[in-house]
Amino acid sequence: MAVVSSTNSTVMNNVEAVRATLYEAMKNDERTVILGEDVGARGNVFLITKDFIGEFGERRVIDTPIAEASIVGIAVGMAMEGLRPIAEIQFADFIYPSFNQIVGEAAKIRYRSNGEYTCPLVIRTPYGGGVRGALSHSVSIEALFYHVPGLKIVAPAFPDDVKGLLNAAIDDPDPVLFLEHKKTYRLIKGEVPDGHYTIPLGKANIRKAGTQLTVVSYGLYLHWALEAAERLAQEGLSVEVLDLRSIRPMDKTAILNSVEKTRKLLIVHEDNKFGGIGAEISAMVAEEALFSLDAPIRRLCGPDVPSMGYALPLEEEFMSSPAEMADAMRAMVKF
Amino acid sequence: MKTKPRLTDEQLIAIFRTMLMQRTLENRGFQLNRQGKIPFASASEGHEAVQAGAAMAFERGKDILVPYYRDLGLALGIGLTPYEVLLSLFARAADHSAGRQFPHHYASRRLGLHTISSIIAAQLPHAVGAAFALQYRGEAGRAVLTTFGDGATSEGEWHESVNFAAVHKLPIVFLCENNEWAISTPLARQMGQPDVYKRAEGYGLPGAAVDGMDPIACYEAVDEAMRRARSGGGPSLVEAKCYRFLSHTTDDDDRTYRSPDEVKARRKDDPVPCFERLLAEYGVLNAEQAEALKRSVLEETNDATDRAEAMVYPDAADLYEKVYAEGWEPWIV
Repeated sequence: MAVVSSTNSTVMNNVEAVRATLYEAMKNDERTVILGEDVGARGNVFLITKDFIGEFGERRVIDTPIAEASIVGIAVGMAMEGLRPIAEIQFADFIYPSFNQIVGEAAKIRYRSNGEYTCPLVIRTPYGGGVRGALSHSVSIEALFYHVPGLKIVAPAFPDDVKGLLNAAIDDPDPVLFLEHKKTYRLIKGEVPDGHYTIPLGKANIRKAGTQLTVVSYGLYLHWALEAAERLAQEGLSVEVLDLRSIRPMDKTAILNSVEKTRKLLIVHEDNKFGGIGAEISAMVAEEALFSLDAPIRRLCGPDVPSMGYALPLEEEFMSSPAEMADAMRAMVKF
Repeated sequence: MKTKPRLTDEQLIAIFRTMLMQRTLENRGFQLNRQGKIPFASASEGHEAVQAGAAMAFERGKDILVPYYRDLGLALGIGLTPYEVLLSLFARAADHSAGRQFPHHYASRRLGLHTISSIIAAQLPHAVGAAFALQYRGEAGRAVLTTFGDGATSEGEWHESVNFAAVHKLPIVFLCENNEWAISTPLARQMGQPDVYKRAEGYGLPGAAVDGMDPIACYEAVDEAMRRARSGGGPSLVEAKCYRFLSHTTDDDDRTYRSPDEVKARRKDDPVPCFERLLAEYGVLNAEQAEALKRSVLEETNDATDRAEAMVYPDAADLYEKVYAEGWEPWIV
């Protein structure tokens, strides 16, 4: 899938993969600017853009006022006038003030001007829990935005996908919301091919092949699902794990092909269940492959509460675990 | 009698013609609505002076206009044709939005006219981003003109945008068309003191108020601010105090929230007949010439109406176009 221009690779974690990709984008295209809160002198709160301001200058690495609506809105104006902005929302929990600029403006610029104006914009933001982030540093936001035509949404789990998909998002002629699970930032390491490559938006990836159950996931839970699937493999049970990678557009072919093969579907995501990504996948599979199924579709998702809490038991109760996922998988395989 | 301005006679007549055209096209929109030919039109009567004056300060082919939805005269003044306006009113396929947008929500890359949103103040960050792009590329001699009503100044994005422009000394002019009414909400319910321009000092940029019923004063204020922006002098806030004579749109009825006596009293400042009298005093346009001008504006409007009405609607299949560069399907199959 990946178009690789070099056979060499480097081991890095997800945060290093974001950083390396942004660095290359800044090196390769003077139209690229990064704007957001604390992206310059501080180099981003996760140090993703550390030292960028020294190399690229404060005109290209812009410490903005604390004003999320205009971080996105200004980036929209930059994109409409020929720049390639990469806007950062410091934590996904802070994205709500910019909702109109993303949903009402960026996603509609091409459509409402019949293509006279376009909005090639990337909005990066760290999301997700398991980091003692409490109510305002833990949320998953994908379901709030995946309803919106005109937007694309990406949520990679592995460093090689981070690079390929971020490159594709930066090259894309339309607005892309790029979601980075912050628990995976330093937890997940992997080989990342050197040189420039892209991975097409909207293509899922089978991270583990199997025959008895399809598990669809993304982000942190994808890693836990892989861990659970390995446990089942030791029990002689064969589970296929599909990494969505892109949430909109979504890879219908990959999901249906896998479900047709395994005849069972479990969707696992951290975001709460009601109206979540799993709801759309369930509906699509029910509409198009119901008679291929040997068991009811199941969703293992976050509970429908406003947030995980700061206290450890409240966070642990919200979050699933590889053990819980393994139980769900076992039950479905044996159904 | 006022001192004659430095504008040429041709420029003064061009301003007056834009004002006449704005009023005539706007009346046409209301007529077409009342005839049942179009579902909706919005109103800008009372904004003719500020818009025609500001448009004269706009350099075509260089500057960028990021307007709101009450800027018919400004769009005409920078080069949008009456035919394009009528295509927008009739929602025809040849319209810039291909019939998707509300009337008077234009977009023209050729004219540097940004696509218009109905969401109040949503355009201001775009204008600031566009000004940043000009400054970033070192495009001296270009600037952004962005406009909004008094109601927009209550929005958070208004504050965020003016603040960011001041921080970066961007080449942009914020032009407030203060018509005293935000649909039904009067100025006194919108802000604690009635002068938008006074806020400029708080942000660290020049602010000026101007009589929004005087096109020459509006031209001069906006021209000064645009020249400053184009030459690296940073952003400005100009407040033009005008008045909205009509209801907000064809779907509004202003008699439900303000007295007809108030509106009647304000008609003495109506910029169109006032400017006509001034041009006569200057000896630029006599009564006969003014009538000829009005006839030509009406003829052009009638011709544009007929031509636009004869154009086709977009195909139903166009609903699915231009969602993304490569198509609209949310699923990859």
